[in-house]
Amino acid sequence: MKLNALEQEMLAGRLGRGVKQAIEHQIKVGEFFGADDFVEVSQAHIMADTESLGEEGVKWMEQLGREDDGKLRVRIPTIMDPRGTDFAKTAVLRHPDWVVSLERRCVDAFRKLGILMTDTCINYQTIQAPARGESVAFGDTGVVIYSNSVCGARSNFEGGPSAVAAGLTGRTPRYGFHLDRHRQATVRIQCDWTPMTLNDWGALGGVVGRLGGNYWAVPVVEGLSTTPTSDQLKHFGAAMASFGSSAMFHLAGITPEAVRLQDCGGDKLPVARRIGEKDVRALQNTYAGGKDIDVVVFSAPQLSLYELRDLARICDGRTFVKPLLAITSPQVKPDADRMGLTARIEAAGGHVLSGMCFYQSYAREIAEANGWKRLATNSAKLVNILGGYGYVPLLGSMEQCVEAACSGRLS
Amino acid sequence: MSKTFTARHAIGRKVTGQALVAKDGFSARYDLDRIKGSFSRPTHKLAGESYVGKILILDTAKGGVASAWMLREMASRGIVPLAVVLNTVNPILAQGAAFGDLTLLAGFEGDITSLVPSGATVELDPAARSLKIVQG
Repeated sequence: MKLNALEQEMLAGRLGRGVKQAIEHQIKVGEFFGADDFVEVSQAHIMADTESLGEEGVKWMEQLGREDDGKLRVRIPTIMDPRGTDFAKTAVLRHPDWVVSLERRCVDAFRKLGILMTDTCINYQTIQAPARGESVAFGDTGVVIYSNSVCGARSNFEGGPSAVAAGLTGRTPRYGFHLDRHRQATVRIQCDWTPMTLNDWGALGGVVGRLGGNYWAVPVVEGLSTTPTSDQLKHFGAAMASFGSSAMFHLAGITPEAVRLQDCGGDKLPVARRIGEKDVRALQNTYAGGKDIDVVVFSAPQLSLYELRDLARICDGRTFVKPLLAITSPQVKPDADRMGLTARIEAAGGHVLSGMCFYQSYAREIAEANGWKRLATNSAKLVNILGGYGYVPLLGSMEQCVEAACSGRLS
Repeated sequence: MSKTFTARHAIGRKVTGQALVAKDGFSARYDLDRIKGSFSRPTHKLAGESYVGKILILDTAKGGVASAWMLREMASRGIVPLAVVLNTVNPILAQGAAFGDLTLLAGFEGDITSLVPSGATVELDPAARSLKIVQG
């Protein structure tokens, strides 16, 4: 890779051992993908729950904090994905002490590097959405696909160690979605049906993600009859990224790099597939086994204030017989508290948690501790993930899931 | 006579081991029970199979970003594949391999999951970007 003067200084260790270690890692990744050089990034976002890091990853972070006499700091605004617990609700989740302890050590290690503990996977709704053309280094696939597709920003999936490195160096290897050629559409899809609910938008994203099939596929979708909201796009993109490992999509006439179909090269592609309501229902039906449920979870991605508003309205006057968890960001939670939304959800027997995400919070351990196996949710992303953790995930609308919390059965 | 295939992308050390092959995806979070060392996603074609010490030959990198941390964590406990070989890779597996010192090859002429029989002994040489079927 071609390095400029500053990058050569970093590699030579003249900016410290921590920065040297970071850029060495980035060069390995850049060379793997044939990157010519680096691109400067304006912000970084780190996925780093301790179920992923384990003791090994936490020790690595603690060692990084000791580098350069403890003076190592990130060079650009660097923020954090959800943590592995809500420290105020560990009893609800029955997280064991070792989980809480490991999380606290991890938080301390990240703070020491100057990382802002925002603990959110909806930073594009709550912290600062990137601008069109802005190069960033974001972790969390849902954040990346939304930023690339809806905002027109530029990011690859940056796993935790690479996002830490980007924070420390202020740059990332220029490959993948930092390059114009990878942002063009590769598969053209005609959609004959426009979803309404969030779970339908998520399921549509799952169908499109499966059709794309890998990280480098960029679907362009035509035929939607309405402009989706930010929350609908959030569920659509998060599910697409989950089912397909996709990092970017275009919606013809809607998203910024496909105002005209030809802007993203879609006009040169044949329609590879028509999608209708039956395709979405077919995906949903794979998560519609037996109806009894143990727990209801709204998460993945964290809920916006508008989602909590809708949930509070549905919860009014209800009484739950099964646990219901609604998980949001630390930025939204104080507003939800102040506006009475939290109280309305908890009056029905639910719990509003913040700063975590269900699947990033030791999902296997909390299933065993609480006896949870059959889980109802409106998140297509969540049902796609949880099978590997031993759950039987069931997908329904927000209304159906609340009803399930009241009756113990998903209709 | 041994067969050799060339990858477009490669990282890590030269290794030789037994191939575990399936036309399916790979994500450490979505697909694995990382405590038991087996594929746990019920719909995965390798569900129930141990991945420990195997050269996994699969179709594509799937899922989220957690694998970037998890490969190193798995290696620290010795519950890790020997190497991963994919038709298409995403940045997460490459970053995880770089961070976790795991051998990774990706991108071949043809579908590598149909070119290598499961159970074959294969040699991966990242410096030469080559996968050689030694036996099987």
